[in-house]
Amino acid sequence: MMSLGRRIYSGAVRLMLWASASAVCALLLWLSGCVLFRGVPGLSLELLTSQESVLHGTVGILPAAVNTLFVIAVTLALVLPLGVGAAVYLSEYAPSRRLAGAITFAADALAGLPSILYAMAGVILFCSALGLQKTLLAGALTLAVMNLPTVIRSTQESLRAVPRSCREGALGLGSGRWHMVRTLVLPASAGGIATGCMLAVGRVAGESAVLLYTAGLSTAMQDFTSLRGMAGASGATLTTVLYLYAKERADFAAAFSVATVLLALQLAIHLGTALAGRRRRR
Amino acid sequence: MTRRWAERVMGLLFLLCGLTAVALLALIAAYLFLSGLPAIRELGLGPFLLGRTWDPDTLQFGILPLLLASLWATAGAVVLGVPAGFFTALFLAKAAPPRLAGLVRGAVDLLAGMPSVVVGLVGMTVLVPLLRERLSLPAGDTLLAAILMLAVMLLPPVIAVSQDALAAVPAAYEEASLALGATPEETWLRVTAPAARSGLAAAAALGVGRALGEATAVLMVAGNVANMPSLLSSVRLLTTGIAIEMNYAAPGSLHRQALFSIALVLFVLVVLVNILLTLALRRGRGAR
Repeated sequence: MMSLGRRIYSGAVRLMLWASASAVCALLLWLSGCVLFRGVPGLSLELLTSQESVLHGTVGILPAAVNTLFVIAVTLALVLPLGVGAAVYLSEYAPSRRLAGAITFAADALAGLPSILYAMAGVILFCSALGLQKTLLAGALTLAVMNLPTVIRSTQESLRAVPRSCREGALGLGSGRWHMVRTLVLPASAGGIATGCMLAVGRVAGESAVLLYTAGLSTAMQDFTSLRGMAGASGATLTTVLYLYAKERADFAAAFSVATVLLALQLAIHLGTALAGRRRRR
Repeated sequence: MTRRWAERVMGLLFLLCGLTAVALLALIAAYLFLSGLPAIRELGLGPFLLGRTWDPDTLQFGILPLLLASLWATAGAVVLGVPAGFFTALFLAKAAPPRLAGLVRGAVDLLAGMPSVVVGLVGMTVLVPLLRERLSLPAGDTLLAAILMLAVMLLPPVIAVSQDALAAVPAAYEEASLALGATPEETWLRVTAPAARSGLAAAAALGVGRALGEATAVLMVAGNVANMPSLLSSVRLLTTGIAIEMNYAAPGSLHRQALFSIALVLFVLVVLVNILLTLALRRGRGAR
């Protein structure tokens, strides 16, 4: 028979575990509940498909949504080749361990930097030194650096899952390394790379600190019809426009509507990631 | 012949991608140092770190209130968030029925994906008024609110990392403990958790780093007055100190340089935390 003390201890521990997990779930429900409760009533087609007009006193977030998509696209276009390339080098080439160690160290160190420091670095490196000023392009460059470790790590993980015997078979049949990577390793790890991309997309869509200081805060529609327009486009994304409404203008109804849109976006990204993961497991 | 060239070129390209990561880190570190040093040199390291007044109008740039507020807020958030995260991870790794574990994992993922501005928005419109009424304060924008925000923000990464650490403990340890008559709960806390301690330490360090570096969510609830910190008054942290004035400080001014010096101090703190994290993880790998 177990002593009473031990039985109480075990019961108390089990209670703590259930209580903590319930608290985390309750936190999520409370946060999203608050947002939906105050945000959904303000949603309208007009809000989603127009830009704000001081003249009519209306709020529209189409420019912010377009800016968000633009930043996501540019960030991915930059970080995907760089991150996958670095991971391929680490897993498939890396003739010197010292160099591989340096690259891994750099990726780990970059992963540990908080976004406000990326914001500062972006302000100095891309806005000033490269002369991009406060533009969406400067923001996307900064975010690409910030997401480089994420893509490197998830690509490396999925490259690791490709069996060694496959590589040895290919090399033994006379394939070059690049030929092997292109026809065997990369296709086999595409699912994992996609998961890494979705993670990066989620982080970009939710990031605010970097964009507040590197991308500008204009709420007017930018010109995305020419390359020159794209390079010079400068404006608020969904996250920074939310900050603008809440903190600078105290327009909470609009802020909560933007928050609802952001939550929907994150949910879609989450489902996309889960789908990519499921396909990979199959 | 062309194939051999392709092989060469692609090998070089991959090397270049890897080197870019190193170069970017070096650039960021170098620029943070270069732009952070001038103000410290002008003000003196002692007066800058230990000065009690931050007032750009009178050119007084002492960051002691910001530094202490950051440390207190981080400590508070870690005390609240890390144990909760650890117990949730233990629940997910050991105690939960598989179906429920899947659901809770989904909830943790969604919480991780919640943008910090959204958390901050709920904080400033729901939590801050609540604190003001319940504690009958003149304003709810307090260190306490900042601590609660930070605790929320550090939960998901802490849960993810400690869950991995707990799941990696060999099942034989637990089986031995159970076979000796220990209850599952005793086994988890006295066998599994100690065996995973390096991973758990890494999770805690990650939580500290997250709390130190979070800006937006705190910015929206902390009130941002550069007081010496106390739990129920408005505070300004290192991160929010940068964030609140960054868009207003004139380029080239001592004020702007001082903001970059705050960034440098934050950088040094974060690097120290990350070194601890790496050491904890490396020790864990050596033990296994």
